[in-house]
Amino acid sequence: MSTTQQTSTRAGRAALTGAETAAETDPTPRFGVRDLNVAFEHRSGRRPVVHDVSFDLAAGECLAIVGESGSGKSVTARTLVGLTGGASVVEASRLEFDGRDVRGLRGRDWRGIRGGRIGFVLQDALVSLDPLRPVGDEIAESLRLHGWGDAARRRERVVELLAAVGVPEPELRARQRPDELSGGLRQRALIASAIANDPEVVIADEPTTALDVTVQAQVLDLLEAQKRRGVAIVLISHDLSVVARLADRVLVMSGGHVVEQGTTHDVLTDPRHEYTRRLIAAVPGEHTRGARLTVAAPPAGVSGGASREGASTDSEAGLVRRTQEARADSGDDAPVLEARGLVKTFASGRHGVRRAVDDVSFRLERGRTLGIVGESGSGKSTTARLALALTRPDAGEVTLLGQPWSALTERRRRDRRSLVTVVQQDPLSSFDPRWNTERVLVDALPAGRFTTAAARAERVRELVTRVGLPEEALARFPLQLSGGQRQRVSIARALAPEPAVIVLDEAVSALDVSVQAQVLDLLADLQRQLGLSYLFISHDLGVIYHVSDDVLVMRDGRVVERGTAEDVFERPREAYTRELVGALPRLADGALPRSPGRPR
Amino acid sequence: MSTLTTTPDTSNEGTGTGPGPGGRASDPAAGRTVPRREIPWSLVAALVALAWFVVALVAPAALSPHDPLALDLGAALQPPGWLHWAGTDEAGRDLYGRIVWGTRDSLAIGAGATTVSIGIAVVLGALAALAPTPVAAAVDALLEILFAFPTLLLALLLVALLGPSAATAMIAVGVGTAPGYARMIRAQILGAKRSGYVEAAVALGHKRRRVLVRHIVPNAVRPLVAVVALSIGQSIVWASSLSFLGLGIAPPSSEWGALLDAGRTYVTQAWWLTVIPGLVIVALALTTTTLGKHLQRALERGER
Repeated sequence: MSTTQQTSTRAGRAALTGAETAAETDPTPRFGVRDLNVAFEHRSGRRPVVHDVSFDLAAGECLAIVGESGSGKSVTARTLVGLTGGASVVEASRLEFDGRDVRGLRGRDWRGIRGGRIGFVLQDALVSLDPLRPVGDEIAESLRLHGWGDAARRRERVVELLAAVGVPEPELRARQRPDELSGGLRQRALIASAIANDPEVVIADEPTTALDVTVQAQVLDLLEAQKRRGVAIVLISHDLSVVARLADRVLVMSGGHVVEQGTTHDVLTDPRHEYTRRLIAAVPGEHTRGARLTVAAPPAGVSGGASREGASTDSEAGLVRRTQEARADSGDDAPVLEARGLVKTFASGRHGVRRAVDDVSFRLERGRTLGIVGESGSGKSTTARLALALTRPDAGEVTLLGQPWSALTERRRRDRRSLVTVVQQDPLSSFDPRWNTERVLVDALPAGRFTTAAARAERVRELVTRVGLPEEALARFPLQLSGGQRQRVSIARALAPEPAVIVLDEAVSALDVSVQAQVLDLLADLQRQLGLSYLFISHDLGVIYHVSDDVLVMRDGRVVERGTAEDVFERPREAYTRELVGALPRLADGALPRSPGRPR
Repeated sequence: MSTLTTTPDTSNEGTGTGPGPGGRASDPAAGRTVPRREIPWSLVAALVALAWFVVALVAPAALSPHDPLALDLGAALQPPGWLHWAGTDEAGRDLYGRIVWGTRDSLAIGAGATTVSIGIAVVLGALAALAPTPVAAAVDALLEILFAFPTLLLALLLVALLGPSAATAMIAVGVGTAPGYARMIRAQILGAKRSGYVEAAVALGHKRRRVLVRHIVPNAVRPLVAVVALSIGQSIVWASSLSFLGLGIAPPSSEWGALLDAGRTYVTQAWWLTVIPGLVIVALALTTTTLGKHLQRALERGER
């Protein structure tokens, strides 16, 4: 492999010069890592989390470490700045920063390097920045710690830095505290603080994960600019499209092991390892429309064969019958859910109101998916609450199967609530912590049917099987389930009342990409089998493109653009939509994995 | 692609977030090899102390042969010794006996004040969280105002209005400590009310009362169990402060705060008259606090 050869020559050169010169032409790799192993000490023994990781990082290069939660990617990154914590055991045959062995460094020694020669950008700027301190002071602090100038010079430098990372009105912003800044500005302030001392390396751990897509594009541009200046970047991410945009080389980690590494182009267009292939295939977007995202067979239960098919016919028949009855009631081809001129305002500040939803209309036809996409604050979640009639519109109306819905009193609405159910974003807080899965699902069964305990138990077993969970999951409490399992329970709860529409409010946003892929496939299966309609709300353009028949683009409470998914994504008419679609990082062209086993 | 389907690996989701919570899930298995769980010494100490308090409550004679009211002027102000374990007071009464016999009054005040306090707190807290806006806002404001008063000042105000007695001390301490608990209950109810599971229950079409009874109340009350245990000790300390100021229970009773108050006069000659009842109050407060903490932890464990 070419990287190995490169490494050995580099290592040889480094040994010859042995100097700590940091010139840009210096061939010494910024980082040289061989056989890195990290374990955590527990009462019950040692738990290894990183196995035999090796890589080099040169100046001006970006190395991405890709993997899902628990893959060991963050721990690997933290090892590079000595932040793995007291309970960790770090071993490596080589662990060098700029030619210097950093294996035996203690906390104090690290402090001179960290923040000075290595900048560290964390995922969530809200918790990474001191909430009580103006961001300018935070950045100045990092300068002061590394002996940069006097107080007045540092103040100037802070403003320069904030301006350099594209913060508007830097003098004003420097005096504001993190909670007064938007997510994008906070993240930029954090990057400003990381690059304050002109570091040679920036380690960015999920730097764009919590950000809207247009802000994400700006942050990536910022890191790109640093890279061009010769800064080496270690990018930790679960998001392959972000990686495709910035990284030169990729390290794919799974379960603490490096399963594949190579240039970004090679790894993304011609992945050799099974895991990488699955990871890439799991990314939803234009190329995956109508296709399954999971390469492997769906988990046991969904593909459970004859028993499931037999068990589900009753409920399917019941559901189809109910929806048909409902349609008969409503007469002709009324849409399942229709909104006309919805307005919802909230009091904002001392006086004045904020129009969270402003003149929003949509039609959701039976068996179809309407995607609502927008950035944070665009009003999409309020729209979801209006569709669920959890909040009352100030103007406009929602109708369900051609009949009044939002205009009814809650008492009269209750009978029809079973027709519209919800899957919420946060899979943990949407369950009562005292209830196990079985109780959650029994509680969601339609009133008046399943009158005996045996019938209820039978129905609940059908439901968990249908969403691909083992029956053991019934006895579990929310805390004992993984994120993906919780979301499956959430879907089972939404199915239990036999609805015609499910409102999915950022339902897959908290999930890892491969788990997200499984859940999206499950939703597609259920839609096909049960003729469900989905109102699918997400900030993720790729997800929306993948699932939607029709799309509504929202901004500041208004509908900016609407149309079929193809029209909106391929031929956006409005400038804002073009900006959104353009800012969407994509995998390299033709990034779909080619047929396996093809030699390189 | 077909060659790939030979190994359907779904372990990703099954093991959840990998080494994170997955590691925790394996702990019960590890625990099985070591069957006995260590009982913390603080719990043992608290249980022993509790046993003493319970006996003092139901059968004080079993703990102390001395009549707490028997005067023996010849043996006045004796330091702790073989005959009088905790010494005697200025009238020669056995201090240990007085402490034992005073347990009833002390605990009655503690439990009574806690009942009053939590009772008021539940009503006000629930109103502030669940009542229609104008009522809730008014209760909220009332709580803010009450909260601004120091607990002792509020209690003193009530004693001044009602005159000193055991019942007054109970009510005064109860009212004085209620605002803090009321705000806690309010926050608990609001937290549950705004949670995803309540929204999900409403979206399922459940009636308001059912959502309240099945979700909001149990989740709001859960932390209260431990708080009640903590509150008993706190109330006794507060009631003792009142007695110490001469505003609680009148002298013939040997309520612990009253003992402190009586001993104050002799604090330079007879340290035991103040120090020992003081230590007993501390011991009781520690006992209820420790038991409360363990109870809370046990409840949290029970949830998982």
